[in-house]
Amino acid sequence: MSALRRKLLRQFWSLRGQALAIGVVIAGGLAMLIMSLSSLDSLTQTRDAYYRDYRFADVFATLKRAPESLRESIAAIPGVQQLETRVVAAVNLDIPDFGDPAKGMILSLPDGRNALLNSLHLRKGRLPEPWRDREIVINDAFAEAHGFVPGDRLAAIINGRWQELEIVGIGLSPEFIYHVSPGDLFPDFARFGIFWMNRSALSAAYDMDGAFNDVVLTLTRDARAGDVIDRLDLLLAPYGGQGAIARDDQLSHRYLDVELDQLRMMATVFPVIFLGVAAFLLNVVLNRLIGNERDQIAILKAFGYGNLEVGWHYLQLVLMISMLGLVIGTGLGVWFGQMLAELYQRFFRFPFIDFQVRPYVYSTGVLVTLGAATLGTLSAVARAVRLPPAEAMRPEPPPVFRATLAERLGLQRWFSQPTRMILRSIERRPLKAMLSMIGIAFACGILMVGRFQEGAIDYLISAQFNLAQRDDLMVTFTEPTSVRVLQELAALPGVWAVEGHRGAPAIVRFGNAHYRTALQGLEPDGTLRRLLDDELKLQPLPAEGVLLNDFLADYLGAARGDLVTVEFLDGRREVREVPVAGVVREFTGVAAYMTLESLNRLTGDGTAVTGAHLAVDARHRDEVVAILKDVPRVAGVSDRYTAISNFYESMADIVLTFAFIGTLLGASIAVGVVYNSARIALTERSRELASLRVLGFTRGEISYILLGELALLTLLAIPLGFLIGLGLIAYIIQGVESDLYRIPLVVGTSVYALAAGVVLVASALSGIIVARRLYNLDLVAVLKTRE
Amino acid sequence: MNEPASIRRRDTDEEVVFRARGLTKVYRMGEVEVHALRGVDLDLYRGEFVVLLGPSGSGKSTLLNILGGLDAPTAGEVICAGRDLVRISERELTQFRRHYVGFVFQFYNLIPSLTARENVAVVTEISTSPMAPEEALEMVGLKERMDHFPAQLSGGEQQRVAIARAVAKRPQVLLCDEPTGALDSKTGIIVLEVLERVNRELGTTTAVITHNAGIAAMADRVIHFSDGRIGQVETNEQRVSPQELHW
Ligand SMILES: Nc1ncnc2c1ncn2[C@@H]1O[C@H](COP(=O)(O)OP(=O)(O)OP(=O)(O)O)[C@@H](O)[C@H]1O
Ligand SMILES: [Mg+2]
Repeated sequence: MSALRRKLLRQFWSLRGQALAIGVVIAGGLAMLIMSLSSLDSLTQTRDAYYRDYRFADVFATLKRAPESLRESIAAIPGVQQLETRVVAAVNLDIPDFGDPAKGMILSLPDGRNALLNSLHLRKGRLPEPWRDREIVINDAFAEAHGFVPGDRLAAIINGRWQELEIVGIGLSPEFIYHVSPGDLFPDFARFGIFWMNRSALSAAYDMDGAFNDVVLTLTRDARAGDVIDRLDLLLAPYGGQGAIARDDQLSHRYLDVELDQLRMMATVFPVIFLGVAAFLLNVVLNRLIGNERDQIAILKAFGYGNLEVGWHYLQLVLMISMLGLVIGTGLGVWFGQMLAELYQRFFRFPFIDFQVRPYVYSTGVLVTLGAATLGTLSAVARAVRLPPAEAMRPEPPPVFRATLAERLGLQRWFSQPTRMILRSIERRPLKAMLSMIGIAFACGILMVGRFQEGAIDYLISAQFNLAQRDDLMVTFTEPTSVRVLQELAALPGVWAVEGHRGAPAIVRFGNAHYRTALQGLEPDGTLRRLLDDELKLQPLPAEGVLLNDFLADYLGAARGDLVTVEFLDGRREVREVPVAGVVREFTGVAAYMTLESLNRLTGDGTAVTGAHLAVDARHRDEVVAILKDVPRVAGVSDRYTAISNFYESMADIVLTFAFIGTLLGASIAVGVVYNSARIALTERSRELASLRVLGFTRGEISYILLGELALLTLLAIPLGFLIGLGLIAYIIQGVESDLYRIPLVVGTSVYALAAGVVLVASALSGIIVARRLYNLDLVAVLKTRE
Repeated sequence: MNEPASIRRRDTDEEVVFRARGLTKVYRMGEVEVHALRGVDLDLYRGEFVVLLGPSGSGKSTLLNILGGLDAPTAGEVICAGRDLVRISERELTQFRRHYVGFVFQFYNLIPSLTARENVAVVTEISTSPMAPEEALEMVGLKERMDHFPAQLSGGEQQRVAIARAVAKRPQVLLCDEPTGALDSKTGIIVLEVLERVNRELGTTTAVITHNAGIAAMADRVIHFSDGRIGQVETNEQRVSPQELHW
């Protein structure tokens, strides 16, 4: 081994603490990069393969009922490649030994065959055999939640009739990779089942003989989805068509897309922060090192080592530290990636997730890391390269100190001599002090990002359920129903309040923008379903006009006082102009609200409700749920609060794991910055500090001089870190904001406290480690070495 | 002929190793100009031992650095082995230093993280026909200490390692800037003996800067420097061996 290589290795070894601290910061960034890139890649690949192999449709349309003969006309639309008509039924479920309300959706399969589009992937069992009326395939998440296996039975209330069904298969379809009930945040596998059944059996049970109420189709290569949808809508309108949607608007696909966007954001934001901090640390360490080794650089050059050889020598050290980070980070990244893939499998139901880290992910990681490290240290290396040998032989010029601003202002009598040394040292190199502070601040910010979600989701759930949706049960009917049904519901045991509501599918237009949603009619003085303004204060329903939720108002660009156009997609399909009476705050979905009365007036088809909110005495809840299962016209009963709480509990371990990882990553930055700064300060000043010891200063006093500066920077960094944290959180929230859900920008005190606490502890620990070295400072050895 | 003494030597036909003409060096620091060299003409001959004497700040180090290719003059030329050091590229200059010159400095400038042997090896590894590091260390009487780190050696020992490092590649020229500056007279003499021996045994042209007029007696020629110029040049008919020096 060459002597220079040996010097390199020994140097690396003597810097091991700092190298590790920096390596861990690099590893944090790289791990995030590899995790998100590999997940992004694996999910995209898996999804595309799934879509292709199981022929996921391009266009989806729901309607009331059309004769099967319409099929020919749809097939004739230019651009349609393959199409499949279906019967889809919303049902209430009666699951043995399961007290909670549960809903389901049954989709038809061509008798005895797999669907042509959105085909089923069977995990277990088989497809229903032709002529077997009761056989169904159930979705795997539902089966998992209840422990169902082929051969088990359950019952559904189809079109008001209780019907026993036999599970013959367990499967999944690309149409339901992710499934949440509209308005819900999380999937609820136990309370929502997706079933597939022979078309003839379902049609018979659902009164759809010779008809269909759903159609899916694929497009030819050159077809434009928009054109086909326009033609299709025209064709389906007389049959209660509710407007076809393209794949991009399909719910499962949308959720997956949002998730992929989030991964894309993670793949940039976090690596940029971590590698930025690492680059800064490498720069500081290398600059110090080169400053210390000026004479050695000069000697090497004097004896004929070329400039580039010297530069390469120092760059190698940077690369070694980066390699350390690369190794740790790649390992962590792959591990996190696998963990994330497992997590995804819980929510995104693929036949399998083909998790793999393709070579390009690794090479991107290596390139980005080495790039950041090289970029960060380029100036330092260039200094070594440029250092003229004659110049280098002279010791580094002594640093220029001057009286600090505070002293110039005449405040010096307030400062002890050691405190002056701290202040002067900060003022001497303000840029470095500032960058250290920013580094620590980023640690604080990242810690906040790791922790805010829990609080924000708590806030969201409590706003939604303590303030807005306060019903115990929500009932939905199969179709608009007379308000008399409310009295029947009120008569059920233990029910002490009933409020009807109506949802009317409609397109809301304003200016050039339009959005398809449902207009919600509520009882004006209701207490079970209420609306909130942006400060979560109650917003009463106006007698006239419509309240838009904030997402819809933003999307349309409409504000209070504007006139929006509402095109109803149901019943008489009226088109109306309605004034906007205000905007309400909601974290999920896109909706518009008005009084039940004005909604009924607008649709022009009499008084009707499509559902009801119930307040039920807890002792009677199960009884009411059981009774409602047998009531015809009740399409579903839901208890969203229980469902979400259960789900949230099941998520607790995941939330904790991720918060823990976030904490580790954030702490690693804090340690990286503080420890390195302290070590460098120790190298730069050990001589000065040793001299002070000789002059009779205590160890405590010199520790104060050395670490006081860092303590000061850390304290200054924390408020800045809060700002950075808020900024990052706002950026992330805005990145995931969609019509599906919005995360409120709410950061609890505990988040601030925890972030600040971890930064302080990490800094204190680093300080202690360095202070221990200071305690063992060998005065003679230090004073003997030449500056 | 009216050549200055710094150029003329006892036997004019001897081979010139360095040939410097009209060297000036001006350091500009803001408003102030420091004239470190004010026109220096100098020849160094093969195998000779030259001592440069002069007050502090007179430009000795500046001259030596320029001769060794560590620094460039403001004006003038330095011809060595047929090349003008002032005009060649950085690459060539590096090659020149790598193969031609050895340096010894006042503060030894060893690499603290390398042992004595490794400090020598750093240089031998990049030269064409070096002696073994062990051999070089033996020449300076430090064979037993070769696996020690600089921190484990005394100042004189460190300086001998530095000399071993400088001579190990068998340079044509050895340039020493106050090699005994940080040493007591006894240790200084040991170091000078090593230099003398290298000069004698390997025929290395040796230039030694010193403040110590006593050392002048061991030189072939003594060049007096003052205020950036060569003043007087003495030629010793008889070289005195280092043991007989004292100061
Ligand atoms: N990098 C520099 N910038 C400015 N002035 C310089 C620089 N290097 C040397 N000088 C000046 O050039 C002059 C000659 O310096 P030089 O180091 O050659 O002197 P010296 O004869 O070696 O002195 P000493 O015996 O003290 O080592 C001095 O006045 C010195 O201040
Ligand atoms: Mg000098």
